[in-house]
Amino acid sequence: MKELRFAVKNTIPIFFTYLFIGIAFGILMTDAGYGVLLTTASSLFIYAGSMQLVMVPMMTSGASLLSLAVMAFFINARHIFYGIGFIEKFRKMGWKYPYMIWTLTDETYSILCSVKYDEGIDEAKASFLIAMLNHLYWIFGSFIGACAGQFLNVDMRGIEFSATAFFLVVVVNQWREYRTRLPFLTAAVSALGFYLLLGKEHFLIPTLVSCLAALVFLRKPVEKREGMTDE
Amino acid sequence: MNNTMYPVAAIGVITVVTLALRGFPFLLFGNRPLPKTVRYLGKALPPAIMTVLVIYCLRDTSFSQAPYGIPELAACALVVILQVIRKNMYLSIIAGTVCYMVLIRVM
Repeated sequence: MKELRFAVKNTIPIFFTYLFIGIAFGILMTDAGYGVLLTTASSLFIYAGSMQLVMVPMMTSGASLLSLAVMAFFINARHIFYGIGFIEKFRKMGWKYPYMIWTLTDETYSILCSVKYDEGIDEAKASFLIAMLNHLYWIFGSFIGACAGQFLNVDMRGIEFSATAFFLVVVVNQWREYRTRLPFLTAAVSALGFYLLLGKEHFLIPTLVSCLAALVFLRKPVEKREGMTDE
Repeated sequence: MNNTMYPVAAIGVITVVTLALRGFPFLLFGNRPLPKTVRYLGKALPPAIMTVLVIYCLRDTSFSQAPYGIPELAACALVVILQVIRKNMYLSIIAGTVCYMVLIRVM
């Protein structure tokens, strides 16, 4: 199975991130009085790290279903933007199509938009395995955290930086690969601008919206620089 | 609401909202051929999204009080430098994360 080996190789960095953050989530859930079953089910079905961590204190305080839905909308709204580059690719994947959409997390997105498929690799199969392995790491981590959290007394504070480091590596690779600098600059300028203007809790969505608008506006120069032909 | 049903309903609601967000662009364009602008965005948007994600991950960094964001900045600089000169993603991520985990404990 060369696709499986390829998928494992490309998901190793996420394995550690998902395992340890999954464990943290599992511990949080059991401390709040929710069992292994609910913990594992949230990771299987919701599969969105930050929302799951926010959900726990909201559930213990008995937040209404509406407020949970609104919170989920705002925390995960960034995911609206992730599908845009994968519509044609996922469509061709048959029964795997809905699963690819369901499991499109930050980490899976960043692997799929940066991975270079080796010669002779079945791309559809490899991307499906990448999505599934990440999902399994996350479920496995939360399961371990829920079952054995009280025995794991290791201080893993700061392990979440591995996700940041991974995203940064992807940006460095993209910087080398793209000839245009406009997407990077647009993103940096609008992120910092909205961060200063709106604060750290509210800058994300306006930033993504303005990047999208700015890049539509900058289409001509970007396409020219990238040599994208008008088919 | 009933005590056993509440967490199940909560997980259900969050699942549906998350799935709807992830599925939105796919639902929007269905099986129709993609407009050229969307196809262009599929190429132009990823570097912008990844840059925004990095900044988003660093949003809790505090520059006004000790340790003044030094662990974050040092670890990010290490990741970039290693990735530029060694081009080994595993090395960059492990070294950056270890650096960060050590610095937040000693500073």
